[in-house]
Amino acid sequence: MAIDKETIKHVAHLARIDLQPNELDKLSANLQDILGFIDKLSSLDVEKVSPTSHILPISNVLREDEPRTSLTPEKALENAPSKKGSFFSVPKVIE
Amino acid sequence: MIYETVIGLEVHLQLNTKTKAFCGCSTDFGKPPNSNVCPVCLGFPGSLPVYNRQALNSAIKLALAFNCRIQEHTKFDRKNYFYPDLPKNYQISQYDLPLSRNGYLDIFTNGSPKRIGITRIHLEEDAGKLIHEDAVSLVDFNRTGIPLMEIVSEPDLSHPQEAFDYLTNLKNIIEYLDISDCDMEKGSLRCDANISLRPAGVKELGVKTELKNMNSFKGVKDALTFEVERQTKILEAKETMVQETRLWDVEQGITVTMRTKEGAKDYRYFPDPDLTVFVIGKELIEPVKATLPELPYDKMQRLMKTYALTEYDAKILVASKKDAEFAEVCMQEYPGKDKKEIANWLIGPLMAEANLRKEQLHTLKLDRKELINLIGFVQRQEISHLSAKTVLTQMLDTGKSAQALIKEGNLEQISNTDALAQVIETVINENAKSVGDFKAGKVNALMYLVGQVMKKSSGKANPKVVGDLIKQRLS
Amino acid sequence: MELNQLTAHELLEKLKSKEICSRTILLSLSQRIEKTDPKVKAYVRNQGPVKFAPQDEAFGELNGLPVTIKDNICTSGLNTECCSKILRGFRPPYDATVIDKLKKAGAQIFPLKANMDEFAFGSSTENSFFGPTANPWKLDCVPGGSSGGSAAAVASDEAIWALGSDTGGSIRQPASFCGVVGLKPTYGRVSRYGLIAFASSLDQIGPLTKDVEDSALLCGLISGYDPQDSTSINQSVPDYTKSLTGDIKGLKIGIPKEYFVEGLDPEVKSVIEEAIDKLKSLGAVIKQVSLPHTEYAVPVYYIIATAEASSNLARFDGVQYGYRAQADNLLQMYKETRAEGFGQEAKRRILLGTFALSHGYYDAYYLRALKVRSLIKQDFDRVFQEFDCIVAPTSPTAAFKIGERTEDPLKMYLSDIYTISVNLAGIPAISVPCGFTKQGLPVGLQIMAKPFDEEMLFKTAYAYEQNTDWHKIKPKL
Repeated sequence: MAIDKETIKHVAHLARIDLQPNELDKLSANLQDILGFIDKLSSLDVEKVSPTSHILPISNVLREDEPRTSLTPEKALENAPSKKGSFFSVPKVIE
Repeated sequence: MIYETVIGLEVHLQLNTKTKAFCGCSTDFGKPPNSNVCPVCLGFPGSLPVYNRQALNSAIKLALAFNCRIQEHTKFDRKNYFYPDLPKNYQISQYDLPLSRNGYLDIFTNGSPKRIGITRIHLEEDAGKLIHEDAVSLVDFNRTGIPLMEIVSEPDLSHPQEAFDYLTNLKNIIEYLDISDCDMEKGSLRCDANISLRPAGVKELGVKTELKNMNSFKGVKDALTFEVERQTKILEAKETMVQETRLWDVEQGITVTMRTKEGAKDYRYFPDPDLTVFVIGKELIEPVKATLPELPYDKMQRLMKTYALTEYDAKILVASKKDAEFAEVCMQEYPGKDKKEIANWLIGPLMAEANLRKEQLHTLKLDRKELINLIGFVQRQEISHLSAKTVLTQMLDTGKSAQALIKEGNLEQISNTDALAQVIETVINENAKSVGDFKAGKVNALMYLVGQVMKKSSGKANPKVVGDLIKQRLS
Repeated sequence: MELNQLTAHELLEKLKSKEICSRTILLSLSQRIEKTDPKVKAYVRNQGPVKFAPQDEAFGELNGLPVTIKDNICTSGLNTECCSKILRGFRPPYDATVIDKLKKAGAQIFPLKANMDEFAFGSSTENSFFGPTANPWKLDCVPGGSSGGSAAAVASDEAIWALGSDTGGSIRQPASFCGVVGLKPTYGRVSRYGLIAFASSLDQIGPLTKDVEDSALLCGLISGYDPQDSTSINQSVPDYTKSLTGDIKGLKIGIPKEYFVEGLDPEVKSVIEEAIDKLKSLGAVIKQVSLPHTEYAVPVYYIIATAEASSNLARFDGVQYGYRAQADNLLQMYKETRAEGFGQEAKRRILLGTFALSHGYYDAYYLRALKVRSLIKQDFDRVFQEFDCIVAPTSPTAAFKIGERTEDPLKMYLSDIYTISVNLAGIPAISVPCGFTKQGLPVGLQIMAKPFDEEMLFKTAYAYEQNTDWHKIKPKL
């Protein structure tokens, strides 16, 4: 599977990472190599194999609807790069 | 050209669990910003989700009430997108294996029943709240992680009013299930709509618009009504419809473009590795089934049968579960055989009082026994219906008993023939013309004379006794 | 011998008899660190001024014995940054469950965190924002990774014992490179709550120790059901020290032929073969087995692990904690924060994972990888029907030179070729020192067992260790 620079740009946008032009070149080459290696998998016939997304044979893990102590707003905001009152603050959202 | 409207609704419902979907934080509304938060719902690094048993039970309840097929295998997926109200930048939701599918909802619309298909009901978590200021946006994560259900209908609705009726019915059922407070103002029930038009008789669907930002059922109806007009104009002008998302602007009463399909997102759904799968078997479904309440439609049928109510009256009563329950207890406790007697009071004067006081039947400060006592006085003809209504208002205002108020107001009905004879004499003397008319066989004249007696007795006279006495006197 | 050179179980004896106190251990460690860590750089200096103050009261099973913690395990009040710029200054308001358990057992959390590859992305600890750690045996070589700091600290006696995390070999491979014991427990055995996730379906916390007894001890302390982790198993934890019998007579050991093919360094191969002979001489029954899908493990891993990572790392966006780039709108803030905050390898993996999940590619990559994962799991199930454990090299080579593989990510990825299958299958595995190359670099022997049979690992590893002296040889620093 070939991956072109446009695809990488699109993927970088989805992942919200700005790439410098030299980074884009390098990463394209790297990913090209890695995907080439990964293509090994396409030789296997997995038609009748069911996927494993959980290795453990457990199901229905639930917790009771019982309240636990929350953090105080001070504690919650302790690590915030920017805050206003008890709110986290971020630069303006532009769609 | 005649166009047919095709509407499907997506309802997001906050469940009324005590704690959030994946952590033990409270779901209380209106708390100071960022006080109902913990490492899990803040998505702090290293934190892990564990799903709320009560939320799953509520979801199963909802799926059962909407006649859905509950899937044996279900799982959570991650829906990946960046937004500051989403602390992990993915929402835990369900993709290809939702909790339930293929249900339906029987609604009353335009005076007749209609079956609306439910495509799927799935589990997810709510996002936080953003407040936009000039240069920055502020984030409050209190709402983040509150358990949500998404109820997706089939495009079976064919009129904005039908959409409105669907929502009303849906809300009614959910209130019966007691799994959400369904308050659109608080955001615990939110609704998006998909609408498209197609020439009548054509099978393929037209290009659809997704509508967002409606804050009430009426808003949904108004936005859809606007869209029907807008799309009709486009189609009639032979212009091309664009698939897009539009926002309802309640102030201006119009919809405006939010984004077109080019910007459609790639959510990169995949199974959430932090949560195990769910196998929904009998042991989970049966206990929930046992707690399913009687739903509005069934309750209506039963009330009609058991208490000989009309469809109209029963429908009014079942509009609120608690009112219906209150009414039913009243009817059971009412000693008279004809339950319609008390039902009329509940649906009539009492409902009017409740509306006036911006309350509901069951929230009124009224002792059921006192209501029954009051009706007893009327039935025994000890007070007039008119006086009884006044007493009811006073009972609600003061909390005093019916008996005390009747006494205080000196409202006992006068049925004593001696006491009435004198008043009747006076009225006969003063209304010679009516007396003549009565004797000439005019029935209305008698009613007029009775009215005059009532007036002179300040409404306390028993009209039936008065009528009899006048007839006797003039025969 | 100085206190810092002793094992945990030796120190616990002395603490118990009040011969020493935790203060003297801390003192001994801090002196050692002062002397050797400028060379080894096993610890990251991101905490500001550090107080080596022992806790007031020694209590519990551990009596104040210090434990070194990898920088991706949340410790309240101590910076936890995954050796990434993007988590700069992050102090979690909570302890990971393993930290909580250790504190309750009377452990002292060592106030410096161990170096690692950024977000555990790497096999050499060269991808740390704070710079690489050196291999204590040969300072121009890597200590392995990603738990290179933990392994190097234990190997150089700068730590008594340590916790690391293992997603594709990140405990076992550095243990092998540094000549210490490294255990990856069964998936679900140890709570992941508070471990900053790399790949949620593969990650597991485990001990790096000077000998097998310490490994059994520490594994016992951190294992067990955690209601805060949906993927933790509700199953009782055996007393692992009871498996330290030294008797492996009649044990059936499988040797996977796919682990002895081209790519395995001949020196490493002969060291491993000697170790296998040793096990045979101790009474084990050795037989060759096949794990036919081994060659697919690396590609499967790099899809599953990066896909999960791309989603797990989405939360590092400058909103709530860590580094934020200045920008006047949100989108730019996101993009610049993540461009400046993540290192090259992190970006590479996030992009690869995002691609594998993106529209149109999911079935070809992610779904296919999940299916091949089933095949790899089935390989192990088949072998364990007949065998008690599987023995193989931990890594195809001994430690390589710093900088040798940084420009070739694919070559770097292949250094995990013998460790990755274990994570994909969710089984436990241990690496124990089993000799040296001619250059004097340690080699590790890997033992794998069926799920929740850590006892088998300890039993086999202990028998081997007690009949060899490799674990007693220390690097000269």
